[in-house]
Amino acid sequence: MNILDFLVPGSVALHFTATDSKEVITHLGKLLLDAGYVRETFVEAALDRESRLPTGLPLSGEVNAAIPHTEVEHVLKPGLAMATLSKPVTFQNMVSPGEAVPCRLVFVMALDQPKAQIEMLQEIAVILQNPAIIKRLMAAGDFEDIRAAFSNGHS
Amino acid sequence: MPMRKTILVACGTAVATSTVVAKSIEEILRDRGMDVITRQCKASEVPSMITGVDLVVTTTPLPGNLGVPVIQTLAFLTGIGKEAVIEQIIQALKL
Repeated sequence: MNILDFLVPGSVALHFTATDSKEVITHLGKLLLDAGYVRETFVEAALDRESRLPTGLPLSGEVNAAIPHTEVEHVLKPGLAMATLSKPVTFQNMVSPGEAVPCRLVFVMALDQPKAQIEMLQEIAVILQNPAIIKRLMAAGDFEDIRAAFSNGHS
Repeated sequence: MPMRKTILVACGTAVATSTVVAKSIEEILRDRGMDVITRQCKASEVPSMITGVDLVVTTTPLPGNLGVPVIQTLAFLTGIGKEAVIEQIIQALKL
């Protein structure tokens, strides 16, 4: 299983410029909607969940990440959207929501069954723990660069 | 054989995060010859799931005073401090 099996090519935004986390989630959610992966309610549900149960993850390198997602009823089929941001936007820390985490890498997960597509998050966790792959993702100019970065990280 | 200890793993919506954390804990402990049972739930369900649980591991804040040890950690997602958290789990369960 590779993260490329989940990543929706039309739902990748590289060097995206956003003013806040809301804008990033809305943009990626709409890309998933346009690609037929989620319902109309997904964006609002993901924004609402993020405000109650934030998903910012401080990483060991310079780049931090966030993994917004929401309940399964807003999802039509499993898929993954991704953004690299030209400048960081603030997400709140998942484990201590009072703490702001400036994030430049965002994965929005569309999961249609609880506990089913955990390979998607497992693969994301592998990426998050690999600063070399993150560096390549942040530098990526097109989807081919993303594909190469993810392919290289797996043997 | 001693009775297996039970870890309750909690996250925000119990869609994915708690399952990834539970699997990771199970695998790491199994590699060290320790066998545990894991259950998963939403953070809001923890008080109703606490019976028979020896330890709670959570990625989101929980209400206090659950009567069992609680470890709050993102280590199984980010890798940061994973070894220290494993030690904490082993100590908390007295494995």
